[in-house]
Amino acid sequence: MNLAGFAILSALAIASALSVILQRNPVMSALSLVVTIFSLAVAFLSLGTAFLAAVQVIVYAGAIMVLFVFVIMLLDLGRREPFRMTGLSRKLIGLAAAAAFFAQVAASISATGVLGAKPPAPLSPGYGSAADIGRAIFTDYLYPFEAASVLLLAAMVGALVMAKKRIER
Amino acid sequence: MNDPILLHLIRISVILGIFLGCVAYIVWVERKVLGHIQIRVGPKRVGPYGLLQPIADVVKLVSKEDLTPPNAHQWLFRLAPVIAFVPALLSMAVIPFGDTVRILGRDVRIGIADINVGLLYVFAMSSMGVFGIALAGWSSNNKYSLMGSLRSSAQLISYEVSLGLSVLGVVLLAGSFSLREIVEAQARLPFVVLQPVGFLLFIMASSAEIARIPFDLPEAEAELVAGFHTEYSSMKFAMFFMAEYANLVTVSAMAVTLFLGGWQGPFADGPHWFAVKAAAMLFFFIWVRGTLPRYRYDQLMRFGWKFLLPLALLNLLATALAVVIWGGEA
Amino acid sequence: MVTLTHYLALSAILFTIGVAGVLVRRNALVIFMSIELMLNAANLAIIAFARHRADTGGLVFVFFVLAVAAAEVAVGLAIIIAIFRNRGTVNVDEINMMRW
Repeated sequence: MNLAGFAILSALAIASALSVILQRNPVMSALSLVVTIFSLAVAFLSLGTAFLAAVQVIVYAGAIMVLFVFVIMLLDLGRREPFRMTGLSRKLIGLAAAAAFFAQVAASISATGVLGAKPPAPLSPGYGSAADIGRAIFTDYLYPFEAASVLLLAAMVGALVMAKKRIER
Repeated sequence: MNDPILLHLIRISVILGIFLGCVAYIVWVERKVLGHIQIRVGPKRVGPYGLLQPIADVVKLVSKEDLTPPNAHQWLFRLAPVIAFVPALLSMAVIPFGDTVRILGRDVRIGIADINVGLLYVFAMSSMGVFGIALAGWSSNNKYSLMGSLRSSAQLISYEVSLGLSVLGVVLLAGSFSLREIVEAQARLPFVVLQPVGFLLFIMASSAEIARIPFDLPEAEAELVAGFHTEYSSMKFAMFFMAEYANLVTVSAMAVTLFLGGWQGPFADGPHWFAVKAAAMLFFFIWVRGTLPRYRYDQLMRFGWKFLLPLALLNLLATALAVVIWGGEA
Repeated sequence: MVTLTHYLALSAILFTIGVAGVLVRRNALVIFMSIELMLNAANLAIIAFARHRADTGGLVFVFFVLAVAAAEVAVGLAIIIAIFRNRGTVNVDEINMMRW
């Protein structure tokens, strides 16, 4: 991917991420997050995995964010959160903490030396395709796969129980 | 990939033009066919055989007053119909309409693009369509719209699961997610023969996905006022209307690609076969609309989760077993 | 030429924006969305590294992160709904007492 394309992509991703945290209306935050997810899917595509890009859109944008929008609609949380509720001092502290965090992350990653000009390793022809990932899941990573399915079952049961209305008898 | 930009643009305009023309005239076809099923004639006054009826409809819709309810979220209210309509258009980008032909001394592949996760791309686009409906209901600031859109969205995301699973049998047989390769894998035998259950599941799940009878309760005129598009009028309503038919055309094209063998036929392969098969699928969907009553909402949800989903899983299991045992089947 | 550094920088910026969102916003749903933003940024970093080292295991891990994120969102939203039913608000500043 050339630098111009990446610049546009990252501008879009960062702008929509900022929109997620700065919008007062939760529905607009959710839609901004959908835009971020799409731009990250394009980034995944540029990194060689079309499969994960498509899965990201289907799962994240198509299911998880729909769930978010559902909950916002059900609870009628369209009321805009007054920005005054967060005092200026809290906002400044939050931003300062985030900036410090970024500095720390940047320092740690630079210190590890992975940012050197080492060229990327050559890719096998089927890298990032469904067949490639599927083979890895069902051979090397079978145990985490089965554990993930149990986790999903537990989450389903938990969500059903938590969200059920209690029936007074 | 190495074709000149002009070729891409020509391909896109031709396919888009034909698609939009189909969306406009499928309305006429449906009204005529429904009319004859109901022992009446359908539109016949506007132009010969009522052929100008869609144009009359567009003129009528455009000339209506474009109301926006007060306290509605202005931006989202206008955006929702667009979000509902665009995914059907985007899905057209990966459907293969024909094989490579030689035009003016250059090999031209008929179809806009072919990506190796084409099928997943189509599902991703149909998942995006749900947002249009959810936002339409919410941004209208109207309780009936909200209820209708919640029901409609719940129906859509429930049937998405069965839709995806019903198609996985085809993927197992073809060995690829790319739509062009799936069509080419049907060179000897269309997958409807090898996957009859999958085909039926696909038809049922996609009828529910595009909210057509017998699954169109959330937006039926007699229920919940008019569902999520209660507050919409004029051009925005026209867009929802078009979105429904665009989805119908897309689903028929997908059925032809995945199960009926795409552009291949007993003689003279080419896009004409695709058109014939797609027309047959469209006629089938319209026929179903004229014949079946609609499901009640709880029946609809029960059907999707308790019948279609287990059946789709069993179909996938059986297909996987068959592929393993008879390896390289078809 | 886009290198690993570019992708990591983008990932770090997105992650930091997520952190800022969690610290500054008071609406439980927006906080949750910021957490999802952080997960996505981490996914980007993992895939960038996997590409750099031609390692499919990284991609498998991202696949699992997606599954876990879906499960987490389901349970988290159910909890938020339950809290909303009990307290009538999703503002985390007002949900600060276990019982009264």
